[in-house]
Amino acid sequence: MEIFLQQIINGLVQGSVYALVALGYTMVYGILGLINFAHGEVVMAGAMLALSALTAMIGWGAPPLLALPVSLLFAMAGCMLLGFGIERIAYRPLRHAPRLAPLITAIGVSIVLQNLAMMIWGREYHAFPQLISNHPHQIYGAIINDIQIIIVIMALLIMAALMGVVHRTRLGRSMRAVAENQHAAQLMGVDVNRVISITFMLGSALAAVAGLMVSANYGIAHYYMGFLLGLKAFTAAVLGGIGNLRGAMLGGLLLGLIESLGAGYIGDMTGGFMGSQYQDVFAFFVLIAVLVFRPSGLLGERLAERA
Amino acid sequence: MKKLKFSKQHVLFSVLFVSVMLLPFATDALLGRGWVRIVDFAMLYIMLALGLNIVVGYAGLLDLGYIAFFAVGAYCYALTGSPHLALAFPLLFPDGLHLSFWIVLPLAALLAGGFGALLGAPTLRLRGDYLAIVTLGFGEIIRIFMNNLNAPINLTNGPQGISRIDPVSVAGVALNTTQQVFGIELPSVHLYFYLFLSFTALVVFVSRRLEKSRIGRAWMAIREDEIAASAMGINTRNLKLLAFAMGAAFGGVSGTLFAGFQGFVSPESFSLMESVMVLCMVVLGGMGNIYGVILGGLLLALLPEVLRHSVVPLQQALFGRIVIDPESLRMLLFGTALIAVMLYRPAGLWPSGVRRRELESDEVAP
Amino acid sequence: MSEPLLALSGIGKQFGGLAALTDVSLHIRRGEIYGLIGPNGAGKTTLFNVVTGLYQPGCGEFHFDGRSYQTAKPHVLAQAGIARTFQNIRLFANLTALENVMAGRHVRTRAGVFGALFGLKSTRCEERDSTLRARELLRYVGIKKSSQTLAKHLSYGEQRRLEIARALASEPLLLALDEPAAGMNATETEDLKVLLQDIRANGITVMLIEHDVKLIMGLCDRVAVLDYGRKIAEGAPDEVRSNPAVIAAYLGSDDE
Repeated sequence: MEIFLQQIINGLVQGSVYALVALGYTMVYGILGLINFAHGEVVMAGAMLALSALTAMIGWGAPPLLALPVSLLFAMAGCMLLGFGIERIAYRPLRHAPRLAPLITAIGVSIVLQNLAMMIWGREYHAFPQLISNHPHQIYGAIINDIQIIIVIMALLIMAALMGVVHRTRLGRSMRAVAENQHAAQLMGVDVNRVISITFMLGSALAAVAGLMVSANYGIAHYYMGFLLGLKAFTAAVLGGIGNLRGAMLGGLLLGLIESLGAGYIGDMTGGFMGSQYQDVFAFFVLIAVLVFRPSGLLGERLAERA
Repeated sequence: MKKLKFSKQHVLFSVLFVSVMLLPFATDALLGRGWVRIVDFAMLYIMLALGLNIVVGYAGLLDLGYIAFFAVGAYCYALTGSPHLALAFPLLFPDGLHLSFWIVLPLAALLAGGFGALLGAPTLRLRGDYLAIVTLGFGEIIRIFMNNLNAPINLTNGPQGISRIDPVSVAGVALNTTQQVFGIELPSVHLYFYLFLSFTALVVFVSRRLEKSRIGRAWMAIREDEIAASAMGINTRNLKLLAFAMGAAFGGVSGTLFAGFQGFVSPESFSLMESVMVLCMVVLGGMGNIYGVILGGLLLALLPEVLRHSVVPLQQALFGRIVIDPESLRMLLFGTALIAVMLYRPAGLWPSGVRRRELESDEVAP
Repeated sequence: MSEPLLALSGIGKQFGGLAALTDVSLHIRRGEIYGLIGPNGAGKTTLFNVVTGLYQPGCGEFHFDGRSYQTAKPHVLAQAGIARTFQNIRLFANLTALENVMAGRHVRTRAGVFGALFGLKSTRCEERDSTLRARELLRYVGIKKSSQTLAKHLSYGEQRRLEIARALASEPLLLALDEPAAGMNATETEDLKVLLQDIRANGITVMLIEHDVKLIMGLCDRVAVLDYGRKIAEGAPDEVRSNPAVIAAYLGSDDE
């Protein structure tokens, strides 16, 4: 029972991060119908920027409670700029190009970002400074620490805020309009380019938060951390139904839970044949199974093809 | 007039043929033997890209896990053409199972094709990007299995991979040796070059035949408009499955060649980045056009190597020392090249020949 | 007269609780030109998609050429002899005009991978035959441009005709046309009318949806009128035109 609860907690923490990153994928996909392959690298950039800012500020003797939010804001600003630039350079010129062209530029951007990061920060793992108390709490035998509690709460708050923006504000309405029909939105006076830029910036800001969370949780950051995380988050977005915000959140949380429960129990289920190293297999199997039965993901719309 | 044009084509073809035949010697003389090996790998990539072109270029199915089929082929031969099975089943195969390459090759193609169909059957009704993620997941699943199937039975030897794989032999001649033909010395890399060249030619031939056939037209119809295709009586499910299986079989063939050539396979060679690279070759070269795909494969296989050999001397010439980590600079330039090419030629470097065909005069018969 | 080519009875189709078609029954006789009209949103295209297998009917019976089809896929119906065009042209844009028509011959040809790879004689013959037939059809529908022109580079009217050629290539018993005259000018519409009459004279039954009432009235042997997913009238064009229910549906009536 303790194991079960512990895996649930781990899953929720990991899942909140996936959800934040998945939102970035899904927003861009919803609006442009494009897999932003470089999004994982934006997460990495967020983590690295935050870490650098944090280290610098601690070095100047700033108190942790000031340094942390300031470096988070710094990372968010940096990532927003990055997201804006990526869209401008690699996607906008190709908006009417063949479908796979922007996928290739996205791959190019991702290679460039990864190697830029390697040049700037090197190949080594960077330790995340211990700022907040990492005090473990016992809940029925399972353990959760302060950082994890903060991650889950912050993720929930941010997601709520995002839903508010998308469903309650003028900007959100423009975003939904562009997602529905770019051309019609333009005719109705929506500045489509601006909305797309803002969408990329919003998604990148979320990515920065997620990057900080991951490195705080695991205590390290690395130039290569974005790749697998991005892959998982994209899987989560598809699981939930890509293009659907609630789907991305649900998919992220579910994927986190599935993975951690899978890792915890896969050994028992297969009689010791498969261990936790098959965690990723488990996640992908679930994804394939879900898509076979619900081809548009859990919350995806069933788009009846129109003749 | 027509005759002249014909003979001109002949001359062109002969020149091309001779220069390709001399390529390993020229490369060897000008750049060194290491480069012949690089060219050999480029040929393997071209085969892979042509296989993926059937799936992506003709049938329009985005496959992000294509390298998995390459892996299936490679492991097929690695298991059956090396001493490795002695570790897994010491009683059954005390020296391993040393099957001939030419027996394994068709089996590997079949097995890879079977895997393709197996993956395709439940997933081909998914819309484009969903299919992409499922294939990506499949690629990762295969890789993870290869990484971990060293226990409880040591089937794949895990991350260490399988080594001491038998070389390919043609007519009793092992290709990992240097041979004398008419007094000309042919080192192993040259021999493999000609082997790969023959296979590439075969793949090109098959692609061309398919492209201009009823099946190829049906694939392209599906790529253009699946609904209209099915309304025209095309069984889209079966044909997509066929494209998937055929592409996978090509992947399996290349994988088998790879294992024989390299003598060693490990899961590292089959990462997602490899799938992505092959896809880049197809798209950057010009989806659906065989020659574009060959060009894309050649460029993307050679470019990183060219950069590898040029960034260090270049930096030393410019700054007198190495300022930037050459490995990351090389990949940085590579990524930039990908972006630049796609921005300037969104349809690829050498797009499908339809436009050219359109310009060719054609009388709709009087 | 012999049994009808197409017989629908009690066809219903719902989209998430919204009834698009309710209890629609109709017969199309062999060799006739059958028109389907109705106000926007009356369910014409839905019915059309049911007939061509794009939608599976929720209930009802579907007989074509003496056989019953319950849940038939489009390609099965195409094999059985139903070919269609689309309201918003759906050609294979990056294939040539010739290739488009040849793709239409898919169901009437059988060459497989094996034949293509080894260049079997039967395959080569079939291919040559296909090319000839496709060229003939292009000429027949009146596409004068090179057969190697990409479909997307043809003019609008030619694209409409190419769709018809592609459909005819499958040697259908029933040719179903979804608003073939949409966007055409008077001359083009007149040419289309002649073409359709000729197609019928060649023994192919034609079913069409059309907004151009003049075309329908001048062309069709019988007309059915749909309104709110129900068939409200059927008969010769003149009868239908004077049917009060039809007039009400088109002009909107107050007593609903």
